Amino acid sequence: MIESINDKISGENYNTINLGPTHPATHGIFQNVLTMDGEKIIRAESTVGYIHRAFEKIAERRPYNQITPLTDRLNYCSAPINNMGWEMTVEKLLGVQTPKRVDYMRVIIMELARIADHVICNSILAVDCGALTGFTYIFQQREKIYEIFEGICGARLTTNIGRIGGFERDFSDKTWKQIKDFLVDFPKAFREYEALVNRNRIFMDRTIGTGPMSPELALNYGFTGPNLRATGLDYDVRVMNPYSSYQDFDFTIPVGKQGDSYDRYMVRSAEMWNSISIIQQAMDKMPEGPYHADVPEFYLPPKEDVYTKMEALIYHFKIVMGESKVPIGEVYHSVEGANGELGFYLVSDGGRTPYRLHFRRPCFITYQAYAKMIEGSVLSDAIITMSSLNVIAGELDA
Amino acid sequence: MESNNAEHTKIVEALNSRFASSIKEMGEPYGELTISVDSSNIKNIIAFLASEEMGFSYLTDLCGMHYDTTDELGVVYHIHNLYTNTRIRLKTRMPKAKPEIDSMVSLFRSANWQERETYDFYGIIFKGHPDLRRILNMDEMDYFPMRKEYALEDGTRTDKNDTMFGR
Repeated sequence: MIESINDKISGENYNTINLGPTHPATHGIFQNVLTMDGEKIIRAESTVGYIHRAFEKIAERRPYNQITPLTDRLNYCSAPINNMGWEMTVEKLLGVQTPKRVDYMRVIIMELARIADHVICNSILAVDCGALTGFTYIFQQREKIYEIFEGICGARLTTNIGRIGGFERDFSDKTWKQIKDFLVDFPKAFREYEALVNRNRIFMDRTIGTGPMSPELALNYGFTGPNLRATGLDYDVRVMNPYSSYQDFDFTIPVGKQGDSYDRYMVRSAEMWNSISIIQQAMDKMPEGPYHADVPEFYLPPKEDVYTKMEALIYHFKIVMGESKVPIGEVYHSVEGANGELGFYLVSDGGRTPYRLHFRRPCFITYQAYAKMIEGSVLSDAIITMSSLNVIAGELDA
Repeated sequence: MESNNAEHTKIVEALNSRFASSIKEMGEPYGELTISVDSSNIKNIIAFLASEEMGFSYLTDLCGMHYDTTDELGVVYHIHNLYTNTRIRLKTRMPKAKPEIDSMVSLFRSANWQERETYDFYGIIFKGHPDLRRILNMDEMDYFPMRKEYALEDGTRTDKNDTMFGR
């Protein structure tokens, strides 16, 4: 591959360097073969697939409830959004209407996950610019979010949170208190972080004008999420196709202007404030009611019922053995993931497993623009651009 | 096809007036407009839909399929009109012996890697693609793993023979 690039650009004295697959400045396993003229990148070529795990193939052999843990490992920085996106896809196929309480609880979890994801992206971006202090301030808050997840489902990173139909149990009093505390503590810490980084001269110099993108090109490259909104287009799945009762909440879609790294950073920052407001609204308006929908074919019955009631025992057996009836059909459902539209195209032939499941992974589609974005810039800007695109290796390679 | 959605009716009429012979089937499962079309004419249809007049300027998703009952391969496109917020799913089928279809890279840059991924897993040849190579699997691989004839587990294993639950 390296030779082929040199063949194309012959007659000049260029250097070819490998940025990755394992490089301390790239967060995950990404390889880019760069042809350099001194500090300047003449040509770049991305290689992906280093952690490909064939999830789409594995999903064709798994009953529906066993696919949720696979989705954890797509964008592992905000696993709950993937989990719930998948659960909602199945609910759409089954025609299940979830209670309002479930929707609101899901919104809280998804917005917490979005904050965690954006915290990682924004603080690491600052680290890549040489500002380590902000990162040490804000990363404690991400830990708080993971503690909330841990209280709900027992896991921190690969959460497998929720069930098809809702949640396995209601949030405990401790969890509610943790969320309330987070809503008090996070804005304080985040304000401190923003004061350190947002108008920092060095940070602005490094990010403004780095890796710019025009709205037309961004659409053509299939950008979604904060990366698209940074170019000035206000496409947000939560508003365009509201799911999980997002229409009940009042929030804005922040947009940027130039589509450069600084705009992407600022859009994510503004989204975190919006997320805080959405969580607050969900907490204030939290309806009473059941914490799961009535889908006995997919939602595990309580253990005491399994021991005492015939019907519960049958459903328990069917779910555990993966023999629940699934309608024939195909659905596409998408949610606003932390870095774009995360879609699930599910085809069912009535069997115990999906006939075909395709993940529309925003990172995979966005990342193909990366080589073009860095051509003509200097090497240090290429690092910043990758960092600000928030490419997650797990989602890139599925 | 009858539809309650005014946008869908408009699209169906526009497509029927131009490509009636290429359209095989239309439907609205779960409210999502789904159109099965002839694979040989797919590029014209998508180019028409992507034009200013129709406004479907966004390719959301492109993925492959293997229909093992008829032993056909397929490509499924999801395109999106961001102004009217309408989505269309276009489905094509082609014989497995000759899986060829036009590439969409000249219309949508985002199709580039998605078509490479579809080639990688299903062996579908996209005519006119600038760089049709494997993307997620290694280059030396000599089969297309998402096709249904390749079982997930090694087919030569004899220690797992649980016929009861389809494993």
